[in-house]
Amino acid sequence: MKIPGLFWGQFRRDGALALRQPGELANPLAFFVLVITLFPLGVSPESAVLAPLAAGVLWIAALLSTLLGLEGLFRRDRDEGTLEQLVLHGDPLVFAVLARLLVHWLGTGLPLTLLAPVLGAMLALPEAARWPVTAGLALGTPILVLLGGVGAALTVSLRSGGVLLALLVLPLFIPVLILGVSVAELAVAGLPTAPVLAWLGAGAALALITAPFAIAGALSIAVETG
Amino acid sequence: MKVPAPLVRLWHRLGSPRWFFETSAPWLPWLLGLGVVFLGAGAFWGLALAPADYLQGNSFRIIYVHVPAAILAQSCYMLMGTCGVVLLVWRMKLADMVLEAAAPIGASFTALALVTGAVWGKPTWGTWWTWDARVTSMLILLFLYLGIIGLRQALARPEAAGRACAILAIVGLVNIPIIKYSVDWWLTLHQPSTFKLTEKPAMPPSMWIPLLLSVLGFYALFVWSVLQSTRVVVLERERRTTWVQNFVAEQGSKA
Repeated sequence: MKIPGLFWGQFRRDGALALRQPGELANPLAFFVLVITLFPLGVSPESAVLAPLAAGVLWIAALLSTLLGLEGLFRRDRDEGTLEQLVLHGDPLVFAVLARLLVHWLGTGLPLTLLAPVLGAMLALPEAARWPVTAGLALGTPILVLLGGVGAALTVSLRSGGVLLALLVLPLFIPVLILGVSVAELAVAGLPTAPVLAWLGAGAALALITAPFAIAGALSIAVETG
Repeated sequence: MKVPAPLVRLWHRLGSPRWFFETSAPWLPWLLGLGVVFLGAGAFWGLALAPADYLQGNSFRIIYVHVPAAILAQSCYMLMGTCGVVLLVWRMKLADMVLEAAAPIGASFTALALVTGAVWGKPTWGTWWTWDARVTSMLILLFLYLGIIGLRQALARPEAAGRACAILAIVGLVNIPIIKYSVDWWLTLHQPSTFKLTEKPAMPPSMWIPLLLSVLGFYALFVWSVLQSTRVVVLERERRTTWVQNFVAEQGSKA
């Protein structure tokens, strides 16, 4: 299948925009690290206390920092009118959406996943769980971006949609959180983690083929109804 | 496959809020009556005549409110998801109106199920709240309802709000089974057989017949209240049409 030019055009444009504003890319990551720093301070610095919590803390911080990055996902494109042009474009909007989400994930989900082993070590995450949790984040963060994109698209026309966005999106994140954390528990117990990782992969595939259509639909509603 | 002609006609008529408003009026007293009779019979039978549970004593009688509320909470979301599909595919105005009217009602049933569950949990489980699989999925369902209500209130234009809520309702509908299974599975991982009460003992007819009656009563009252609030939404949205203005003037002269 030929991938339409809209995908590559949008990918190059969003990539360039993201690279030109490294601060915006770094903020959710800094937030991720900061939330994780709060846990040892707030709960306990003892590794015996932290170890069983570590995977959950990593995942919750990942959820929150994804949420933080979502609000601006389509906002600027809408404000400056790019979104309108994309809706009017001959190629389906889905491809532009996919490119946008891919750039967003490369800028937030991927570095967050790469940071996880280091932060896991700081949280005394058991060594057996280190790579399974990282693999879980690699498969799970795309789901978060895809599902979160639906919420971001639905609230794109709101001036301050932040709290509403959290209400819409966090309940949908719950299965990802559950699967992601149980990967760590299985790994610590010495059980195979591949089945749960396979579920996360299946979830990512399902989200990849369905969510972009919901996002494109929500964006066209926002454009059509002003 | 050929759809029978009367169904097709009904489908087209549903496109008119006015037709719905006029046709639903005579149904209302019947639904209300049925609801009151069934719920009254179920409640009287369940509270006064049904035997006490051998294990839980009289506290089990809250089942006659709790279970119907929980069933309705889920049915209402199904209804909203279906309305969402109808709205997006056929652009039927009425579907959006039902979607708007049903959301607060569904949220109330979900809250009722959670509260009665907590009240029931205190004497049987010894705690108001436990992260039981069903309790947790019910809580998440409540958040899904609140999300839809919040989105509708935040978007000013009714047409945009309707279609956005439809997308959200459909996304939620797809996710409900996923959430439910993941929570069930999460609990089997965490709490091996702490509470056996989630497995219901087989009930004797003297216990489940009143339950069935009160479920039917709840359904009738639910349909009644959805119809009522949809009618209010119809009047609000169609307030610029002559038939609504005539109707309101007529009501005013009666009063």
